[in-house]
Amino acid sequence: MAKAATATMQAGDSEPTSLGAALADAATAAVIALLLAMPILAYRSVEQAVSLGMEARWGAIAIGVAAVFAGRLAINLLGPRLSGPVGELFAALKSAIVRVFHAIGGWRTVLGMLLMLAMAASGAGKLSTPRWFDLLLIVPLAIGVWRRSPAWLFLGLALFFPFAPGASRYWIENFGILVLIYVMLGWGLNVVVGLAGLLDLGYVAFYAVGAYSYALLAQTFGLSFWICLPLAGILAALWGVLLGFPVLRLRGDYLAIVTLAFGEIIRVVLINWQSLTGGPNGISGIPRPTLFGLEFKADGGFADYFGLEHTSLHRIIFLYYIILVLALVTNWVTVRLRRLPVGRAWEAMREDEIACRSLGINITNTKLTAFSIGAMFGGFAGAFFATKQGFISPESFTFWESAIILAIVVLGGMGSQVGVAVAALVMIGGTELFRELEIYRMLVFGVAMVAVMVWRPRGVVSGRVPTIALKETRRIGGDLVKEGHG
Amino acid sequence: MTRPLLSLRGVETFYGKVQALRGVDLDVRAGEIATIIGANGAGKTTLMMTICGTPRARHGQIEFDGQDITRLATHRIMHLRIAHSPEGRRIFPRMTVLENLQMGALLNPERDQTFDSDLKRAFELFPILERRQGQRGGTLSGGEQQMLAIARALMGRPKLLLLDEPSLGLAPLIVRQIFEVIRELNAREGLTVFLVEQNAYHALRLAHRGYVMVNGKITLSGTGAELLAREEIRAAYLEGGRH
Repeated sequence: MAKAATATMQAGDSEPTSLGAALADAATAAVIALLLAMPILAYRSVEQAVSLGMEARWGAIAIGVAAVFAGRLAINLLGPRLSGPVGELFAALKSAIVRVFHAIGGWRTVLGMLLMLAMAASGAGKLSTPRWFDLLLIVPLAIGVWRRSPAWLFLGLALFFPFAPGASRYWIENFGILVLIYVMLGWGLNVVVGLAGLLDLGYVAFYAVGAYSYALLAQTFGLSFWICLPLAGILAALWGVLLGFPVLRLRGDYLAIVTLAFGEIIRVVLINWQSLTGGPNGISGIPRPTLFGLEFKADGGFADYFGLEHTSLHRIIFLYYIILVLALVTNWVTVRLRRLPVGRAWEAMREDEIACRSLGINITNTKLTAFSIGAMFGGFAGAFFATKQGFISPESFTFWESAIILAIVVLGGMGSQVGVAVAALVMIGGTELFRELEIYRMLVFGVAMVAVMVWRPRGVVSGRVPTIALKETRRIGGDLVKEGHG
Repeated sequence: MTRPLLSLRGVETFYGKVQALRGVDLDVRAGEIATIIGANGAGKTTLMMTICGTPRARHGQIEFDGQDITRLATHRIMHLRIAHSPEGRRIFPRMTVLENLQMGALLNPERDQTFDSDLKRAFELFPILERRQGQRGGTLSGGEQQMLAIARALMGRPKLLLLDEPSLGLAPLIVRQIFEVIRELNAREGLTVFLVEQNAYHALRLAHRGYVMVNGKITLSGTGAELLAREEIRAAYLEGGRH
């Protein structure tokens, strides 16, 4: 392994390497892969008539080792400059690719938008919607072209998604809504981790508080979703403050451990407080949201009121737009807060706590606002999750959820709104896309994470847009500067 | 005699059981540059931090502008318009120069009206910062970072500027430049400065009043020129320090 690590280091340098060295390095990697693959891949247990048997899989090992060899060789050849004619050939090839990419780069927004326009023109999805629904896509795209901002492209896609060709109930529910929930959770946690720099491993606690708040308020007092939603957010924010107080003096690893414990405590309380939460059985029959009092049911509901044919798709699309609006509100509030003194104080605290103190920033308030606002968004998302599922149990709020949300924030680029959205799309949407691969999708997931960490160690979008500039706003690369330590 | 702007009486600070300050008395008068010199570990930075309230003085009294600040929360102390440029500069590395300056202005309640003119003044004092304004703080050189740290502290329009080792790790030319700006600020605007330095020669030449700290105690005080002339000071702090 040590040898592979050294090889990786060397691959990072721009020193020219010879073809022979590249081959030798690839061979070393292949040998390591072979050693590693032996215990993992070589045998597979198969069910036989009476007992379990073993099946040798030398073919799988051969494929794996060959893949590692080829991959390593490709990295060696494409990574550093290679000496000799082969190297020149590769260098020319590489610069040509880079040039083409840059040529497209300036136009990629426009190109993407043209593509989407074509998609919009190609017809509606499962619902037969009027043509003006295409405006949901076309208007944001037009604004995007005008303002030269790819974020609008995402907005247009998100708005149009339920009506896009091929968008079935399955896709809207298991892809669209799910991705948006995680986008929202990612943006919420981004306030705490990305902006304020407080490593929170128990974010799922606030998600759970939101979900149970809504479920219990709705069932006990018969309150509607729209009244409970802000209440759930406020309750989650209160829990955020409650967590914030004991951890005010902690940072880094210590903070992570306490927040991790907090997340687990909430889950264990939910399991054991049977009389209130129903324990492991959870809460079922959680009321669904209404559209200004209109329910989504067969008779006398939304469809009847508008003279449409009833379909369960209406409710799903409604849910989709609720979470989209919630996510957009989260984004809007965060972007606004960043420009206010409190948001700037968050970022300053992430950079250097001592400097913050010496500039008269109240660290206590700054930490508590970060925790409570992040928690509030988690609470909103939780309330939505409860109403969408109709059933919640402590099983939905395990540490695994916290880890996924944190991974989204870290991989997306801490503090970057667009990056977090992209990471949520790739990680949650990606695992849904690869559902057919069954258990191997976790492998794809792992490979994707490793790839991001190797090529974009500071996240997909690592730059940070300054909140103030006298002349022009420009993005500043994250690779040039070391992190702040405080 | 007028009341001093900042006065410390019998201040003792502990880190756990270790006593860092052993009864410090000193005064900083409005409009003067006061400096405290001393060897490594004498307690100079601790003194600075104690004025700011972290760590807190266990005994004694600190008074600023006629108000007892000994037990005040750190951010409240700073909001009395004390600006602190901490040891090791501590600028915000991922924020731009402009954003760093903006953070400094948080101390000033009238910042919305005065920000533009304060920014102009900061750029006049340190022209290099204007050219670097869109750059991240972390990409600046050490000298530029120190200038940014001082400019950031000034953005809050302080009554008292606490400067902790501005010459740390900088080239002599840059040190001279920075000390010149401090002198100018004091002479032109009457800014009160309390300076902690290892570079005794520069500090004492600049200061109206100097204190020498040894092992958490003030052992000598006097005008800058007086201290510079004293044989024991020259022997202890200025051997080869004339640069």
